[in-house]
Amino acid sequence: MFTALLVMAGIAVVLGAMLGYASIRFKVKGDPLVDKIDAILPQTQCGQCGFPGCKPYAQAIARGEVEINQCPPGGEEGIRKLADLLGKEFKPLSAEHGVEKPKQVAVIDEDVCIGCTLCTQACPVDAIVGAAKQMHTIVAPLCTGCELCLPPCPVDCIAMVAVPETVETWKWRYPVIRLKEQAA
Amino acid sequence: MIATLFAFKGGVKPSAHKEASTLAPILRAPLPPRLVVPLRQSAGGAPLPLVVAGQKLSKGERIGAPEGNFSSAIHAPTSGRVLAVEDRLLPHPSGLSALCVVIEPDGEERWIDRNPVNYAAATPDALRDYLRDAGIVGLGGATFPSHIKLKPGASGRIETLIINGAECEPWITCDDMLMRERATEVVRGIDILRHIVSAERVLVGIEDNKPQAVAAMRAATAQSPGVSVVPVPTRYPAGGEKQLIRVLTGIEIPYGRFGSDFGVQCFNVATAGSVHRAINLGEPLISRIVTLTGNVERPGNYEVLIGTPIADLLPLAAPKADTDRYLMGGPMMGFTLPGTDLPVTKASNCIIAASKALFPPLGTELPCIRCGACTRACPVELQPHELYWFSRAKNFGKAQEYGIFDCIECGCCAYVCPSNIRLVDYYRFAKSSMRTLEREKATANAARERFEFRTLRDEREKAEKTARLAAKTAAGRQAIAGAAKPSAAQATTTAPAQSSAEKPLAPLDEQKKALIAAAIARAQAQRAGVQPKNTENLTPEKQAEIREIEARRDKVRELAKTPPAEPV
Amino acid sequence: MTGYLFIVIGAVLVNNVVFGRVLGLCPFMGVSKKLETAIGMSAATTFVLTVASGSAYLIDHYLLLPNGLEYLRTLSFIIVIAGLVQLTEMIVQKTSPLLHQVLGIYLPLITTNCAVLGVPLLNVAFKYNLLESLLFGFGSAVGFSLALVLFGSLRERLDGADIPLPFRGTAIAMITAGLMSIAFMGFAGLDKYN
Repeated sequence: MFTALLVMAGIAVVLGAMLGYASIRFKVKGDPLVDKIDAILPQTQCGQCGFPGCKPYAQAIARGEVEINQCPPGGEEGIRKLADLLGKEFKPLSAEHGVEKPKQVAVIDEDVCIGCTLCTQACPVDAIVGAAKQMHTIVAPLCTGCELCLPPCPVDCIAMVAVPETVETWKWRYPVIRLKEQAA
Repeated sequence: MIATLFAFKGGVKPSAHKEASTLAPILRAPLPPRLVVPLRQSAGGAPLPLVVAGQKLSKGERIGAPEGNFSSAIHAPTSGRVLAVEDRLLPHPSGLSALCVVIEPDGEERWIDRNPVNYAAATPDALRDYLRDAGIVGLGGATFPSHIKLKPGASGRIETLIINGAECEPWITCDDMLMRERATEVVRGIDILRHIVSAERVLVGIEDNKPQAVAAMRAATAQSPGVSVVPVPTRYPAGGEKQLIRVLTGIEIPYGRFGSDFGVQCFNVATAGSVHRAINLGEPLISRIVTLTGNVERPGNYEVLIGTPIADLLPLAAPKADTDRYLMGGPMMGFTLPGTDLPVTKASNCIIAASKALFPPLGTELPCIRCGACTRACPVELQPHELYWFSRAKNFGKAQEYGIFDCIECGCCAYVCPSNIRLVDYYRFAKSSMRTLEREKATANAARERFEFRTLRDEREKAEKTARLAAKTAAGRQAIAGAAKPSAAQATTTAPAQSSAEKPLAPLDEQKKALIAAAIARAQAQRAGVQPKNTENLTPEKQAEIREIEARRDKVRELAKTPPAEPV
Repeated sequence: MTGYLFIVIGAVLVNNVVFGRVLGLCPFMGVSKKLETAIGMSAATTFVLTVASGSAYLIDHYLLLPNGLEYLRTLSFIIVIAGLVQLTEMIVQKTSPLLHQVLGIYLPLITTNCAVLGVPLLNVAFKYNLLESLLFGFGSAVGFSLALVLFGSLRERLDGADIPLPFRGTAIAMITAGLMSIAFMGFAGLDKYN
């Protein structure tokens, strides 16, 4: 009986010491997983997921605090990629966080703009050029379509227009025509 | 003369259907009533328009300037007047429009001043720039700007120049007729190309189903040392660049690499002909030979001005009544035109009138049985069935691993598939999806950088602002504490020492009061300091006015002192 | 010498841990959806199995048998395995956080992997010495990795294939695993000693 206890205790002590040493030796700093998740998110910085930007959302996903289906600009593709990366189940886009819209850019109606710079300050990616009492304009290639400039405008002069398809951006369509919907 | 020919794996041998369109010589297509010249006719950046509506043009005048170096110029195919610079439908599978210059010919065919170039005396760089500005692009169908291909590749120099006269696709005969009738032009173009890249030898590859073309080219190159005309076995796609390089030189170009990395460069015979015209005759690329064939009464080849509407060309060949669609390009690699009111571009080598009898519709697409016929047929030694599964499952990572970007979309796999699977459609879908994803990733990265810089800038500004305010308050407090020292009790003597550390309430109140008193004193001094400038030398009228105003002011002051009467 | 070779080949092919002895099916089904994770999991299990085989033998031979404590065998083996798995988890988290995130719960579940407990117990049953125990443990781990990698590759292909609706997901995976087991039965005649 006593030897049994001694043997078990001995094994436990040895293992404990080994694990204690290992926990110091293999300490992990930082979290490169966040960068991998951030690389999948579309960087629109729109806040529709409930976080102030894409990086905070990525950090929350890495901590396992939130679902992966809260990003409308990323769309279904983005959710599938996140599900693939993290080994989680695919979930359809959460309706309370928004709907997937085709790519849009904001356009300022120059007849109405009063040059108040409120939209310039709101844009998360500095895509609006302009100064106080000068005409503002949106640099279309830099606009991510996040719509954060629409609420601050006092004269409501910003509209969202869909990005037209050109010969350079045209894609061949998927050759499969689904006759009826099946489980994904 | 090289003795050995090599073979490339795979390939198919469809029936050629080339005899009918080679019976007649090349005819010149008549001038159409309108010319619609698309600005983008080559790979690379779209040229910028140089003309406006209403402008008069000469034949060969530049109407589109190259945008950067990876781009090619566009020229007016005939003299006339610009009707508009607007979006018109393109001969492109998407059916989309792009910017075109619409020209109304005046029938005079008035050329610009054509200045031939003495290429022996010019530097290769100057010649390349000249070719770019002359709009010379590959006329084999890919329209790659030729001046880019004339640069030496990773290997340092181009030793072997290959001229591609293979024309392996069925039905197309434009290169065949060009070699038969204009072999001298082609050879003079070869001389220029050879001079630019300083190639040691030139190999002209022609499929052996074109004996007249081989004879004509041999006769034309008889006096040219180092130029050999080599007939190659007829098999589709022997005219593919990597396949022809393999057959003629034995070099196998690996996935993702180019011929120029191995000292070889390949040009189409028609490109060589247009290089000759540009340099020796000063004529930019404004026309090309187009084969009109298929379900027509009079198949043949025509020299067509770029921008000629296809609808104006078709009557020359007289399509038969049961024609239901038109293909641009050949039956293997071409696409169905979305209409006929589309212009001929530098890429239009052939227009085929198709009917149900001539091109019976492909059967229903059945499941893949993994027979491997496609893998045996692929000339690039890829695995088409794997690429099919991955493209179908949208597994683009694996598709890229299996080399989908090396697929030349020749159509051999779809040709042999017993299940009638439209394999090339899947690869085109996968490739364009991957390119779009790359583009989106690049924009997302740029957006992320801008966002991070903006956050950084915000924080920096905030930090600078707080620092500035803190410095100002500290300086203000220093000044006040210094001025208030003699009039204050011991409390304030401790205040300057404590003001930078903690702030006990009593001295702070006193400090604040002192600050406010100082501010009021400053404002009063400012007011007092501002003297009205025009109070000397007043006229009597002015003095009377002033007395009146002062009286009014006194009355108002009196009124202000008395409380207002209660409203009734 | 040939005896050792037979032990290894027997463990890898003839009596494959997954297909022959039907042990360790939990990670086999759960982790093999993608080839990368399958390879990561098999590397982790190889390390744990080999070291566990060796240390289990040592504990059994020098601590338990001399003191007549055979009844503590299962308990002590499990404790050793648990400690080793914890160590492996720390190493995986350090070297590849992505793998750690993707393997998720399956990494600590190596502790309860019946193959990882079964192989040391088999070592005792077969009365192997230290070298033979290590070889058997390593061979079983290689067999487990082989099963996982093959199955992972097959499942990646199945992912893109056109499978009838009732068979999608786990059903086709089970059928495939069964077919692979039948295939591995072909190795039965490979060596006459196992």
